[in-house]
Amino acid sequence: MNKREFLTDAVLFFPAAGLLEALALEAQGKELSADTATGYDPTLHWYGMGIDVDKCIGCNRCVEACKAENDVPDEPYYFRTWIERYTVRRDGKTTVECISTKPGPAKQAEPEDPSVVRTFFVPKLCNQCAHPPCVQVCPVGATFQTKDGVVLVNEKTCIGCRYCIQACPYGARYLNPRTRTADKCTFCYHRVTKGLQPACVEVCPTEARIFGDLNKLSDRLVRFQRANDISVLKPDLNTDPKVRYAQLDGEVR
Amino acid sequence: MNAAVPTALYEQLASQLSQVIGFIYPNEVETQWAILIVVYPYLTGIVAGAFILASLVKVFNVVEVQPIYRLALLTALAFMLVAPLPLQLHLGHPERAYEIYMTPQPTSAMAMFGFVYLWYLMGVLLIEVWFEYRQQLILMANRCRGILGHLYRALSLYSKDVSPEAIAFDHKASKIVTIIGIPSAFLLHGYVGFIFGSVKANPWWGSVLMPIVFLMSAIVSGIAMVMFVYIVLCLVRNEKLDMRCLDKVGLFLLVAIIVDFALEGLDYIHRLYQSEESIKILGQLVSAKLFTSLLILQVLLGMLLPLVILVLVRSKRFNEEFRKLLYFTSALLIQLGIFSMRWNVVIGGQLYSKSFRGLMGYKMELTGIESLLTAAVLLIAPFVILTVLIRLLPTRHIEEHAAPI
Repeated sequence: MNKREFLTDAVLFFPAAGLLEALALEAQGKELSADTATGYDPTLHWYGMGIDVDKCIGCNRCVEACKAENDVPDEPYYFRTWIERYTVRRDGKTTVECISTKPGPAKQAEPEDPSVVRTFFVPKLCNQCAHPPCVQVCPVGATFQTKDGVVLVNEKTCIGCRYCIQACPYGARYLNPRTRTADKCTFCYHRVTKGLQPACVEVCPTEARIFGDLNKLSDRLVRFQRANDISVLKPDLNTDPKVRYAQLDGEVR
Repeated sequence: MNAAVPTALYEQLASQLSQVIGFIYPNEVETQWAILIVVYPYLTGIVAGAFILASLVKVFNVVEVQPIYRLALLTALAFMLVAPLPLQLHLGHPERAYEIYMTPQPTSAMAMFGFVYLWYLMGVLLIEVWFEYRQQLILMANRCRGILGHLYRALSLYSKDVSPEAIAFDHKASKIVTIIGIPSAFLLHGYVGFIFGSVKANPWWGSVLMPIVFLMSAIVSGIAMVMFVYIVLCLVRNEKLDMRCLDKVGLFLLVAIIVDFALEGLDYIHRLYQSEESIKILGQLVSAKLFTSLLILQVLLGMLLPLVILVLVRSKRFNEEFRKLLYFTSALLIQLGIFSMRWNVVIGGQLYSKSFRGLMGYKMELTGIESLLTAAVLLIAPFVILTVLIRLLPTRHIEEHAAPI
C-alpha cells in the first residue's frame, strides 16, 4: 500500500467507523423500544403503593432488601426507605425513632409499660408525588416523572446541586456519596417494568406494602384503597402522593 | 464502614448525628447546603446593592454620590465575578454546570440563575462599565506603552473616537443601560430570595416576603460595602473624604435599613401571629440553634446598632472625623449582620427536621471544598479583584490627575 492509498483508505475508514458506531447505537435504541413495544407501555400504568400501617412489624427487611437491591450506601445516613416507630403515651406525648439506622428487627415499645397508649411502625419512602416539587426545581431536568408516574433521577446529567433534596417535604432524597448525584426510591423501576414487585414489597413478610397500578380498577392497590381509610402524608402541600397509607395516625408527618 | 463514603464526610456526618435533638428523618443528617451557599447570596447581594447605589447617580441625578459612582460600579463588577464560584464549587458535578444552559428548565428557579447572571454580567454591568470608561481607556492607551498600552487598547475594543458626539453617545448609552440595569439588579437578587422563598417543604424559607427581604438586605449590604471601600480607599490613598457624598450615602443606607428592618420584622410578626403547624419547631430552632447568630449578631449588632448610629449621625452635629468613624463602624457592623442573615436563612433552614420533631447540627469543615477556608478565600477574592480593577480603571477622571495609576 502506498502513501496515497493509505490516506484515501484512512479518509474513508474513520467516517465509516463513526457511521457504523452511530448505527449500532441506533440499533440498540431500536431494540429497547421494540422491547417496550412488545411487553411494556408506560402510558398504560400509573403506579402507586399502599401501606397498611397496622401490618408493619418493624422487621426492617424492606430496608435491607432495598439497600441490597439498589446499591444504597450502608451508612445510616442514606435511605430510600426506612421505618419509623411511634410511641404515644398517656400524657399525650409522642416519641418517634427511626429504627432503620440499626440493622435487624426492632421491638415495639415495652408492652408492659402502662404509660404507653399505643405504638406502631410506619414505613416511609419516596411518595412518588403526582405533583413532585423535586421535579419542579431541578435546574437541568435530571429528575423527572415517567409516564407511568414514577419520579426518577438521571445520574448521568444530575449536577448535584441538591435543590431537589431541599424541595422534598418527606426527606426521601439524599446525595449519593458514590455518584455525587441525588438519589431516591425508584419503586424499583427496573423490576416493575418487567412485571416484578419492588424489592421492599417482595420481602415484606406481612404484606404491609401493596404495590400496584392506580389506573386499573381491578388492581389490588385500588381494592386496598376502597377497603380502607386512606390518607397521605402532608396533604396540605398539594404534592398528591401516590403512596397511600391505611389506618395512619394523625401524629405521623 | 462502606468504602462509598469518604472518611472526612463520614466523620462530619457522625459528628452531626451526635448533635441531633429529637426525631429527624434519617436522610436529614447531612447539611445539603453549607457555608458556600451562605457566601453566595451574600456576594450576589452586594452586587445588586452596589449597582443600585451607582444608578442613583445616572438615573436619579443624585449629584452628591457622583464621587463614588465608578467605585460602586467596580465594586459590583468585582463581586459579580466571584458570585457564581461558590455555587459552582458546591455542585456534586461542577463539570456538568453547563447543562443549566443546555437544558433550560423554566420551572426551576435555580436554572434561571444561569440566565439572569449572564444577562446581568454581559448585558448590563460590563456594558455600563465599558461606556463609562471608553473615553478614558482610549486616553490611557495613548499614554501607556508596552503591554499595558495593548491591554487598554483591547479593553477599549480598539475604539478611537473621542469626539464630543461620541462622548455624548457614551453618556446616553450608559444612562439607558442603567435604566435597564435597575430592574435587572432587582431581578438578580429578588430571584435569589425566590430560590429559598419558593420551597414549600421548608416553612423557614417558604415565605412570599423572602424575595423582597433579600432584595432590601442586598441594597443595605451593597451600599454599606461601597461606603466601607470608599473610606478604606481614601485612607490608603491618604485623601480627603468627600463628606457631602458620605453623608448622602449614609442617608440612603439609613432609609434602606429602616425598610429592611420593617420587612424582616413583618415577616417574623406574621409568622408568630399566624402560628402555623411549624411555629413550635421554628421557636425551638431560634432559641436552641440561632440565638447568637440571629438575635445577637443579625438583629442587635448587625441591624439595630447601625440603625441607632446612623440616626445619631443624622440628628447630632458630630465633627467630620467622628462621623467618618461612625460610618465606618456601621458599615462593618452591617456586613456582619447581613452575613449572619444569610447564615440564618441558609443554615437555619436546615437545622430543623421537616418532620417538625427535631433539630439537626451543622459542623463546618475547616479545609476542603465546602469549608471555612474556601469561604474565606471567596470572601477575600472580590477585594483582590477590586484592587486590580481600581489600579487598571481609575475611579477618578483622568484629566483631574496627571498620574492616574
